[in-house]
Amino acid sequence: MQQELKKAAVAKGDVARQPNQLSDEIAVKISGLHKWFAGFHALQGISLSVRKGETVVVCGPSGSGKSTLIRCINRLEVHDKGRITVGGTLLSNDIRAIERVRADVGMVFQQFNLFPHLNVLSNLTLGPIWVKKTPRAKAEQTALANLKRVRIEEQAYKYPSQLSGGQQQRVAIARSLCMNPSLLLFDEPTSALDPEMIKEVLEVMTELSHEGITMIVVTHEMNFANMVADRVIFMDEGQIIEENTPEEFFANPQHERSKLFLSQIL
Amino acid sequence: MTGVARNRVLDWIKTNLFSSPFNIVLTFLLLFVATKLLWNFLDWAVLRAVWGGDAETCRHGAGGACWAYVRDKARYVLFGHYPYEQQWRPQLFVAIFFLLSLLTQFKRFWSKYLTAAWVVLPLGAAGLMWGGFFGLTHVEMEEWGGLPLTLALAFLGISASYPIGIVLALARRSEMPVIRALSVIYIEVIRGVPLISMLFMAAVMFPLFLPEGITISKVVRAQVAIIMFASAYMAEVVRGGLQSLAKGQYEAADAIGLSYTKKMVFVVLPQALKAVIAPTVNTFIGLFKDTSLVFIISLSDLMFTTQASLQDADWLGFTVEGYIFAAFVYFVFCYFISFSSSRLEKELKV
Repeated sequence: MQQELKKAAVAKGDVARQPNQLSDEIAVKISGLHKWFAGFHALQGISLSVRKGETVVVCGPSGSGKSTLIRCINRLEVHDKGRITVGGTLLSNDIRAIERVRADVGMVFQQFNLFPHLNVLSNLTLGPIWVKKTPRAKAEQTALANLKRVRIEEQAYKYPSQLSGGQQQRVAIARSLCMNPSLLLFDEPTSALDPEMIKEVLEVMTELSHEGITMIVVTHEMNFANMVADRVIFMDEGQIIEENTPEEFFANPQHERSKLFLSQIL
Repeated sequence: MTGVARNRVLDWIKTNLFSSPFNIVLTFLLLFVATKLLWNFLDWAVLRAVWGGDAETCRHGAGGACWAYVRDKARYVLFGHYPYEQQWRPQLFVAIFFLLSLLTQFKRFWSKYLTAAWVVLPLGAAGLMWGGFFGLTHVEMEEWGGLPLTLALAFLGISASYPIGIVLALARRSEMPVIRALSVIYIEVIRGVPLISMLFMAAVMFPLFLPEGITISKVVRAQVAIIMFASAYMAEVVRGGLQSLAKGQYEAADAIGLSYTKKMVFVVLPQALKAVIAPTVNTFIGLFKDTSLVFIISLSDLMFTTQASLQDADWLGFTVEGYIFAAFVYFVFCYFISFSSSRLEKELKV
């Protein structure tokens, strides 16, 4: 299977995966994380460290807690037990600390969640201007540069509803980039897209990974995981079942449940 | 009308109004009743109406409407006891409101100057009515009445209850239980009480609780009662808008690190308030007409002056004409509000 994927990649002209240059610095450290939803034990003792520059793909069947896990990292979900440290800040009820972490951690959603009442440029400058206090002219300059980065600079003055799904998702990525984040979270970024638009989004994500941006990606795109990830994490029923390099994970999954999952999805 | 269009109209009439013997009878019957009613009204309001003169002319007229009454009383109904020769001041007051609302309907005029004008001009106009400078005689507030009072009650009522309603709606969705409970209690209590009883409380009961020597004018107390009342309704309208917003919008705003206030100001409220323009205007129109209830605590608003004009011994017996005139004035303003809102919706492309 690994061979097939590699072959497919070569045929498409993709570059073989170059492991990212990883520092020893820790971007996110999670230990003993638990989360309950009204009695449902969604996360059951997750421990995970992500180093700076690393691209981690989290996969697993639906309901396994993948999204909940990354939503805890910028505190869209409040965890019940355990510790999460993001860029040296321990997440607690301290609202200042939460806002600081959120300003430093970008998130890309499955449903894009662009602001429909603002045009693309204003979507991108809202955070920099009002959170980071960047002067408007500077913020717009950065925004245009980031739109160029996701190859969509000609849409700057359109409204989200005038764009295709793939374009909207790239705008959403650019919106995260405008905050100059030290970590990007992707919550199933291609699940709401038509197949022909998935590629343009994955290409942008691949480039970002190669540029050394720290990324945690929840996705079902196994080809992306295989090509881009430094590490694959397989979750089921609120636990990390397997944690491995993509080569090992796809060629030689260690756990029965991983095997079952891969056989179903590939 | 082209031939094709005429055919289409005829077809429509045939299939919808004359499709069966029963429908034919029904159509003619309703046509007869409607014509008769309309004819009777026109006969009374136009053909047999008396347009000028005094009460005697009307009494010896053909028994139609006595518009002479409206002609004689309109100035009093519209401007109350304000000194007759000084009534250009309240007229200017009304004109300023009209002009500002007209300008506000066009997006190209929206600017901080217009916002400033909405604050400065009504205040200036009120100052003009108060007088006491530039050789203008001072006119006591007790003598203000009619349309300016109704407009002022409505304008202040709307501009205060809107932001208060927004705050109440946000409080009702707050994560802090105490704040939420306070908001729910306020909204439910106020909504459970008729406006009339609140006006009575403001007029009669409230002064009893004030320390001796302190008085607050009745207009102010009534104004506060109207604002409190309208805020509760406004809050529920805004809450509807907040609920219509997808959860993802809140999460996206959170995820870029916006504080609660900034999230509300830049992301949530612009969308939520836009979504509920129609019910908002509905509440505004309700508020405008509700101000007529202050006549019951003898504030001389438009409804009060209408009723007072009916007491004139020279003009007894023209109640219908008096109320039709008052209804007409209310209608003009309410329709104007309604018209403005549909223009606003178009400008904002809802």
